[in-house]
Amino acid sequence: MDFSFTEDQLSIQAIARDFAQKRIAPVAAELDAKGEFPLDNIREMGQLGLMGIEVPHEYGGAGMDPVGYVLAMIEIAAADAATSTVMSVNNSLFCNGILKHGTEEQKQKYVRAIAQGEAIGAYALTEPQSGSDASAMHTRATKNADGDWVINGKKSWITSGPVCRYIVLFAITTPGIGAKGVSAFIIDTQKPGFHAGKTEPKLGIRASATCEIEFNDYVCSKDDLLGQEGKGFSIAMGVLDAGRIGIASQAVGIARAAYEATLQWSRDRKAFGHPIGSFQMTQAKIADMKCKLDAATLLTLRAAWAKGHAEKNGGRFGTEASVAKLVASEAAMWIAHQAVQIHGGMGYSKEMPLERYFRDAKITEIYEGTSEIQRIVIARNETGLR
Amino acid sequence: MQKLSAIGSVASSLFRRRTLRRPSSAAFSTSLLFDDTQKQFKESVAQFAQETIAPYASKIDRSNYFPEEVNLWKLMGDFNLLGITAPGEYGGLGLGYLYHCIAMEEISRASGSVGLSYGAHSNLCINQFVRNGSPDQKQKYLPKQLLTSVSHVVSMKLITGEHVGALAMSEPNAGSDVVSMKCKADRTDGGYILNGNKMWCTNGPVAQTLVVYAKTDMAARSKGITAFIIEKGMPGFSTAQKLDKLGMRGSDTCELVFENCFVPEENILGQEGKGVYVMMSGLDLERLVLAGGPLGLMQACLDVVLPYVKQREQFGQPIGEFQFIQGKVADMYTSLQSSRSYVYSVARDCDNGHVDPRDCAGVILCAAERATQVALQAIQCLGGNGYVNEYPTGRLLRDAKLYEIGAGTSEIRRMIIGRELFKEQ
Repeated sequence: MDFSFTEDQLSIQAIARDFAQKRIAPVAAELDAKGEFPLDNIREMGQLGLMGIEVPHEYGGAGMDPVGYVLAMIEIAAADAATSTVMSVNNSLFCNGILKHGTEEQKQKYVRAIAQGEAIGAYALTEPQSGSDASAMHTRATKNADGDWVINGKKSWITSGPVCRYIVLFAITTPGIGAKGVSAFIIDTQKPGFHAGKTEPKLGIRASATCEIEFNDYVCSKDDLLGQEGKGFSIAMGVLDAGRIGIASQAVGIARAAYEATLQWSRDRKAFGHPIGSFQMTQAKIADMKCKLDAATLLTLRAAWAKGHAEKNGGRFGTEASVAKLVASEAAMWIAHQAVQIHGGMGYSKEMPLERYFRDAKITEIYEGTSEIQRIVIARNETGLR
Repeated sequence: MQKLSAIGSVASSLFRRRTLRRPSSAAFSTSLLFDDTQKQFKESVAQFAQETIAPYASKIDRSNYFPEEVNLWKLMGDFNLLGITAPGEYGGLGLGYLYHCIAMEEISRASGSVGLSYGAHSNLCINQFVRNGSPDQKQKYLPKQLLTSVSHVVSMKLITGEHVGALAMSEPNAGSDVVSMKCKADRTDGGYILNGNKMWCTNGPVAQTLVVYAKTDMAARSKGITAFIIEKGMPGFSTAQKLDKLGMRGSDTCELVFENCFVPEENILGQEGKGVYVMMSGLDLERLVLAGGPLGLMQACLDVVLPYVKQREQFGQPIGEFQFIQGKVADMYTSLQSSRSYVYSVARDCDNGHVDPRDCAGVILCAAERATQVALQAIQCLGGNGYVNEYPTGRLLRDAKLYEIGAGTSEIRRMIIGRELFKEQ
């Protein structure tokens, strides 16, 4: 067991940290207040390789391993969770899905554009009436005379929906047979038949744009079917395993930012003549924050290592990914909450970023599988029972 | 709509109420907590708050202001909610803390921020006048009617809601450690000159009448604190920009600035050097009454969650049929009902003259921490819907968090309880 990182891993971490501190952190509060999408920063992150970290060089990416991705995500999320949401979708849902299941042509065309920051990607699985129960979707793709697919339906909670160019979309190709009737498609939002709704105001990650999208007789070329017909649901779930490592990293980043701010505050803020960090009630909180942060970080790195191992040697990493996501997201929520508490009135004020961490942290317990779904996944994998 | 004119007429008038679409959870058992009159009072305030305040809750949060199209202060005054603990001769209802907690709960259920501002006005300010004010001060600041016996002043009309009240204690560097305050009051002819700043003053930007603590003797620590009545417009008194907060938006908070502000002698509330008594005894009752706030927010969470888990279907059934959700709503319900029992038992004790600092700190410690957890669970039950502003759960969470910080943090409350328990051994 060796806890040290490779030079490559450290270098992508350094690149991410530098960009996060110089370019993202200074504007994070303002973007949150306005709910403004960080388009320029996303483009520049693409140029730095941060939008396709695990994408091989031949498709325009940074060619790093999953551990490098986790390290970079943590740095970006620590500066601004909303920016890391966009980064996570581009990397683990969009690029990862097409790299794993796409044709050579699809990889050259779509992965390259996203990995280099020329365009923004999205992932569309959830519908208004099918959230945790993803296979109950209604969006329908039917084959026309040319063998292309005509798509109709609505998808909700689409991260980057209002600004994305390409989408990995899931739709029913054979109704009535549940999950086995789902197929995956790559959508170009500039083609007719695609409509993006209004950005929905949210509790947190307000700078990431989320909306409902709608397809009205959108024609998807047969070349843009991703993977095989009927394999969409297993593609979706496999991609989400990777996505959960991204969200776990995001949670770790939020938790770290909240923790570091709290350490500083507990040294500087005085009450009853002493720094508040010298009081046992604060010490208890700091110790518990540190334990949860370390556990979340290590479990997330383990999941990344397991993903890398599975890619080379075969095997699964779904349980590790769900464990990491569950522990890290609940740790982030708890740590951000305690950070607000230790900052007292200042924690509640928008003059400091603690209240933003608190609002942002909550999403990590909800998207890419709620905590309840993670518990079901873990327990089913462990017991073998359905 | 029926006013709460006096307790007897409240009871008799309730049967004339229009029927209101009640949230399903209104039927939670309160039989051990309230007698019939108290139950009727609760229903009457609930109806007022749901009809008059709740429709503005989302807008108040979004805009960060009370609505302009209606004057909620005036409406609450007209409904007789502002002087619940004030004697009838000043236009109050002459009722006790249990009634005050009920009103606080129902108003907060409709809007957390209106509830907080209501608590600051009716308890922190008005009740401090009731408890510590001289007859002249009460007549000047409280009444509904202009009393001719005090001909030299204009009635301040706190109880009608024409004027808003506030209380200021914390400072930028004296939060939990409030006795270390630096705001000072120097003796001068006929009064005092105040200098210093106060932080986190709820209703500060809109208040006409404020209770402010300052040091008349810097060396005497807690024994050097005196309470003063400050009026908007006094030369040397100003308010800084209102604070931008996580929640309780619309319930304005700001810094108060005193620069050589002259305050006449008759504006001392209580006695010189006795401010710490005014403050600490007031804090006990403030904690009790404010504990109604988190109760209302927990109820508001269940008002959203219970219908939602019945309507929302996943995997072919209402999500309320899944054990995960059943576990959550059971915990939310138990948190609310146990907190409610504690709050109202202590309120009854206080009404009977037994004010125990441990329990006054205990009720808000318990209710506030549970309210944040209940709000987090409410978001979780709604999933993605819980996270978007179309649903009120995000607001309920942001509002709930305040009660673990305002009016003494949870840490201070634990210290109070722990010290008292230790002292007794």
